Amino acid sequence: MSVKSLRILVPVKRVIDYAIKPRVNKTQTGVETTGVKFSINPFCDIAVEEAIRIREGTKGLVENIHVVSAGPTKAQDILRQALAKGADNSTLIETGDKEVEPLSVAKLLQKVIEEDNSNLVILGKQAIDDDSGQTGQILAGLLNWPQATNASKVEFKDDKVFVTREIDGGSETVSASLPMIITTDLRLNEPRYVTLPNIMKAKKKPLKKVKPADLNIDIASRLETIKVEEPAKREAGIKVGTVDELIEKLKASGSL
Amino acid sequence: MFARTTRSLRTVSVSTLRARLLSTLTIAEHSNATLNAGTLSAISAARQLGPGPINVLVAGAEADVTSIASQIAQVDGLTKVITVANTAYAKGLPENLAALVAAEVKANSYTHVVASGSAFGRNLLPRVGALLDVQPISDITQVVNESTFVRPIYAGNAIATVHSTDPIKLVTIRASAFAAVELAGASTTIEASTNDPNVPKSSEWISEEITKSERPDLGTAKKVVSGGRGLKDKANFEAVMYPLADALGAAIGASRAAVDAGFCDNSLQVGQTGKVVAPELYLSVGISGAIQHLAGMKDSKTIAAINKDGDAPIFEVADVGLVADLFEAVPELTSKIKA
Repeated sequence: MSVKSLRILVPVKRVIDYAIKPRVNKTQTGVETTGVKFSINPFCDIAVEEAIRIREGTKGLVENIHVVSAGPTKAQDILRQALAKGADNSTLIETGDKEVEPLSVAKLLQKVIEEDNSNLVILGKQAIDDDSGQTGQILAGLLNWPQATNASKVEFKDDKVFVTREIDGGSETVSASLPMIITTDLRLNEPRYVTLPNIMKAKKKPLKKVKPADLNIDIASRLETIKVEEPAKREAGIKVGTVDELIEKLKASGSL
Repeated sequence: MFARTTRSLRTVSVSTLRARLLSTLTIAEHSNATLNAGTLSAISAARQLGPGPINVLVAGAEADVTSIASQIAQVDGLTKVITVANTAYAKGLPENLAALVAAEVKANSYTHVVASGSAFGRNLLPRVGALLDVQPISDITQVVNESTFVRPIYAGNAIATVHSTDPIKLVTIRASAFAAVELAGASTTIEASTNDPNVPKSSEWISEEITKSERPDLGTAKKVVSGGRGLKDKANFEAVMYPLADALGAAIGASRAAVDAGFCDNSLQVGQTGKVVAPELYLSVGISGAIQHLAGMKDSKTIAAINKDGDAPIFEVADVGLVADLFEAVPELTSKIKA
């Protein structure tokens, strides 16, 4: 393999836990976050796992796994978790509580990548809060690197990376040379759990804190959120006791 | 003095006019010589942006481009269908296509770029955003005005209205929220573009595995029957769901649990991370109704549910619910629909 070493960057995001049903706040400016459980975005967890599996599967090829988060101070919790799983070092880009748009996040990450000399970036395909699904692609565009989004399988063969992508109607395989960007789909792997000894060890691993200004990036929003509302409620339905009644009701509604 | 005033006045009026003039580039999606239906919804959304020219870009291998462009030319109200025939665009690789779209936008000063929020559109448009230094807007469900859009966030548990301050708006649309335009009547001008940047290939398309099915396409079907963990295994899923789908002429969908357990292909997953559908009838079988699943189907016109657990969350959104063992109820339903 012409690639002598892999320097992997894994961006991770702290989001409201996937099992919690978010509630819109009273001022209609966003969702309620006080007293709500936060976790690592599930797709980011899959990205961390994949980086670790690449290390385990390529015997010495991976030189470094660097996890980065842009967010509030509390986002260091998910960085510690990623370190406990096997990442080597971490960086928190302190952006405060305000949501940072994908374009700004990608610009921040670009700086870290340039400084780190990373040659593989693995991200989640989307954050389950803003559901944008953009950061990986924007980053690939900024860097002019190839991108393989919605990955369900990643393989290293010779000097190429082969990625199977989930697409509408099935899957497709693309290949590219490093450096490249991969975004993870659900099917890529099953993230491991952290063990207590590893949590203790992770406390000694590096966690660097920087500010967007240190990276010379303006994170001002391009999109202005005018309001956030509850979705329209569906009318209460009815329960029926037999298949015949079900058919009758569906016929009455015109859907059969 | 007078001449200078006139000139500056003219400058002002021209720039005001330019600022107001809206022009939209819609990206056509096609694969295996077939136009993707989401493109017709994207054109529908483009029409709602306001008055102004709407051009559609068709890029790909020459034979595909010719046939797809002639189909799109039949859509009423388009200004131009722009074609770029180059095998570099044949498989929709975003590295090449994003550079093409960005070059087109710069050359023609488009104010809006619209694509379907499919795997293709979501792969492509953010990369275009990077090249144009624009923050894209994903998966919109409504156009409020030319710079204000509505989009679901948090798996559809909140609806955000956002206003873009970027000079160019890059938008992917949720196809189920915009009625498709018809392919009939018009004969729009088809014009080959001269703006092909021809960037070197940095990735290579190797192969694809498409799930073959005689049934309607999940994303655009009028009826969807969807199975979940309650089906227990792949054999049951096929034995129970396939005859029901065929009796109704429906597409088949599935919950994440069913897909993860290997009952059916990944591409049939309905939900936040799978497909978002809004058919006339969504019939859920053995699905509990987790919030991530509801995100993909709660805008269906009529929702029916069959589940043996009367407390399953699916019954909170179902118009008609039947609490019963699916292994008895579904075969009975299938035979009574056929009769």
